[in-house]
Amino acid sequence: MTDGVAAPIPPATRAEAPEIRIEASAIGDRLYRWITTGFALIIPALLLLIAVEVFVAGWPALSKFGVSFLTSSEWDAVNGKFGAAPAIFGTLVSSAIALIIATPLAVGVAIFLSEFAPRWIRQPLAFLVDLLAAIPSVVYGLWGLLVLLPMLRQHFMPFVKDTLHLGNFALFSGPAYGPSMIAAGLILAIMVLPYISAVTREVLLAVPRSQREAALALGATRWEMIRDAVVPYAKSGIIGGIILGLGRALGETMAVTMVIGNRHEISSSLFQPGYTMASLIANEFSEATNDLHLSALMGIGAVLFVVTIIVNTIARWLVWQTGRNKAP
Amino acid sequence: MTAPTIARAPRRPASHRSYRDMLATSTARTLSRRRVVSHIMIGLTCIAAVVATLPLLFILTHLAKQGAASVNWNFFTKMPVPTGELGGGMANAIVGTGIILVIASLIGLPVGMGAGLYLAEQRGTKLANIVRFLSDVLNGLPSIVLGIFGWQLLVRPFKHFSALAGGVALAAMMIPLVTRATEEMIRLVPVSMREAALALGYSRWRTSLSVVLRTALPGIVTGALMAIARIAGETAPLIFTAFGNSFWSVSPTQPIAALPMQIYTYALTPYDDWHAQAWAGALVLLGLVFVISVAARFATRSRFGLGGD
Repeated sequence: MTDGVAAPIPPATRAEAPEIRIEASAIGDRLYRWITTGFALIIPALLLLIAVEVFVAGWPALSKFGVSFLTSSEWDAVNGKFGAAPAIFGTLVSSAIALIIATPLAVGVAIFLSEFAPRWIRQPLAFLVDLLAAIPSVVYGLWGLLVLLPMLRQHFMPFVKDTLHLGNFALFSGPAYGPSMIAAGLILAIMVLPYISAVTREVLLAVPRSQREAALALGATRWEMIRDAVVPYAKSGIIGGIILGLGRALGETMAVTMVIGNRHEISSSLFQPGYTMASLIANEFSEATNDLHLSALMGIGAVLFVVTIIVNTIARWLVWQTGRNKAP
Repeated sequence: MTAPTIARAPRRPASHRSYRDMLATSTARTLSRRRVVSHIMIGLTCIAAVVATLPLLFILTHLAKQGAASVNWNFFTKMPVPTGELGGGMANAIVGTGIILVIASLIGLPVGMGAGLYLAEQRGTKLANIVRFLSDVLNGLPSIVLGIFGWQLLVRPFKHFSALAGGVALAAMMIPLVTRATEEMIRLVPVSMREAALALGYSRWRTSLSVVLRTALPGIVTGALMAIARIAGETAPLIFTAFGNSFWSVSPTQPIAALPMQIYTYALTPYDDWHAQAWAGALVLLGLVFVISVAARFATRSRFGLGGD
């Protein structure tokens, strides 16, 4: 088409203008498309580069210890023995505590906000919950360290141990200093709650109105409507939101580093200090003495990289599934 | 028709029939019981909302109280002092955070906006879907992994920490946020505007840049500011890259102090006066995040004025 337009050349001075403009725009269009494509390709390239750099950094340790890097719990920087099992254990336990606490609350908030809350309270309440996500990790850590830990040490832990007489129970045994797995789990719960709640709210809003009206018309109470018509419809999206929260919890660093106590130990007690993968890397990075120690830390980073990618991919897929159901 | 005697609502998602049966057979008692259950559950979601916002109020009031007691003019203008001395501040860390954010924005904004433009305009193509997915993956990476990336890429080869490395690590966090915001805002621009520009003889690239992008710009500015607010408080990547500096430095190639790192360092000491400084730092950091977020909301507000339909 462009060729056809360029063919008849009108006379006089204005003649060349259209031709030049069309030429220029064709080149400009192509250039523009190349440039935006180039910017878009930076994202896959960047991700690849991150993967390469992180694995290169961790390779000496990963190749030296192999599978025992994940299963051994020996961490001896002096003798060059590194096993990340306690950190992996701590990551799983602290994230599990966080999800157990945060999930019912987050889903509850989301249901309240999208279904029951009076109109005037929706905006401010949603804003407050979103604000939880805006607080920097290090501020949570500061609060956790200077407010939450003393509170746990002086009130919560003695309450569980002495008042409830659960001190001999494996989950709560040992001395109660404050820095502990439970503290990390609590902080993480506060931090992942807004993520789970935001995704849940989004998928609940994606449930068609007709679904709700049908349930109500059939005589369901408002709760039965939620339980039987809305939640099943949004289920995979809600699970996706929870897994997205899990992804956040697994990789959260600063706040956890400040409250978990940083100790290489697998303990059955939630009141004992521990380590998570991220907090181990952050805490020991500046004091790493030799290359193997550094590389072991980066190797944990590489494991974390792989795990979070898997977790996030599953989560995105589930959320996307709910979005796809939207059509009817 | 067999009338089932259902006393309580079935646990499984009920078919339409069972509700009808339930209604047919429900006595006043079971109905009122279902109503009570409904009210209790609604009440529980309400309680969940209260419980979820309590920590926020708790943290904010504590922060305001502790921080306000220690924030003063010195905090903004003076350098850190050893514990025990009075009148120290975090001037270098505040400037350092600013410099790192500028570096991150210089890299992150153009790339994010360019990629967002591509995703919005090449919607549905295979490459666009892959890029969008990978952008989400990048967004989900723990910030500490990006710290390791920046360290291995820009610190290790040069054998010293630098503000530049910190900026690059944070830019990697920023790119997916800006990309997503740009794509969404451009998709909001009515197709008719694009068509009108093309019909008037604008070339595609001029249509994209001076009509579509310009219309979406306030929204994109909002997204960009939200992204900056989000990375402003990041600490983990900076430990590996910018490292911190107790002296005055504005050089991009030297280690540089940053507010979040300074808070972290001070918080972990046993000294009360440094704790007070950490609270002050946290209040200032949160204030910064809050100001940027509010500015972001104002940018969007003007979009609705301009956008028109």
